[in-house]
Amino acid sequence: MKLFRKPSSAPLWQDEFPVFTADERYVNRRQLTKFLTLTSFAMLVGNLWVLLRSLMYRSHREAPLVVASTAEVPVGGVKLFSYPTAKDPCILVRTAAESYLAYSQVCPHLSCVVYYSKERNRLECPCHQGVFSIQDGSVIQGPPQRPLPRIALERREGQLVAVRVEQGGA
Amino acid sequence: MNTKPSQERGLTALDGAMALIVVLLIVQIWLLSATLESYLAGNLDAAIPGAILSGILFLACFGLYLFVDRVDSEVRKG
Repeated sequence: MKLFRKPSSAPLWQDEFPVFTADERYVNRRQLTKFLTLTSFAMLVGNLWVLLRSLMYRSHREAPLVVASTAEVPVGGVKLFSYPTAKDPCILVRTAAESYLAYSQVCPHLSCVVYYSKERNRLECPCHQGVFSIQDGSVIQGPPQRPLPRIALERREGQLVAVRVEQGGA
Repeated sequence: MNTKPSQERGLTALDGAMALIVVLLIVQIWLLSATLESYLAGNLDAAIPGAILSGILFLACFGLYLFVDRVDSEVRKG
């Protein structure tokens, strides 16, 4: 601090302008290191937040949910639903009379929403032209590196029930 | 035999410690972005090791901060 203040024999309270801008802006090593350490703490808080969200997501991941009745969706038709939480959009596709497939609608590339292309019989991401197989959710083309998470379905008394999320391999 | 005055050696140690903190911080920022990207992609397995590693990096930064604080005060005392 003393480097920036004019040497004066008068006491500080007698100075006409006791506050100097250069003094106020001066950052010493300890202050800079403290700032960097606090930034590191902020990064740790961010990681803990991700961990907390991840644990909360796991806790209600396996709860079954009725998605639709078997007659509700026509062949080649789709139904959108959310599973396991309201913030996880999914898509149910009836590919044949007795074939129902469900996937997460969130593209594993950059989280855009994928849709079903009936003409090409595949799932497509409009953001970066990622394409996924309707049979197993695997990547056919585009930038995604992981397959779409598949929603396991069970039939219970004429209804389709989502029972769990299956993460595909890389 | 080292003939550098103790104050100069102290300042060198401070500069080294601060540079190390900056490097650790860059690694931690990268770790957070990688963990977040993995979480948003639906992969939940990276959250626990990411949090543990981030905690270790923070403790290292905090240790270096204590070191800088102590050495800096000693250097200023002369």
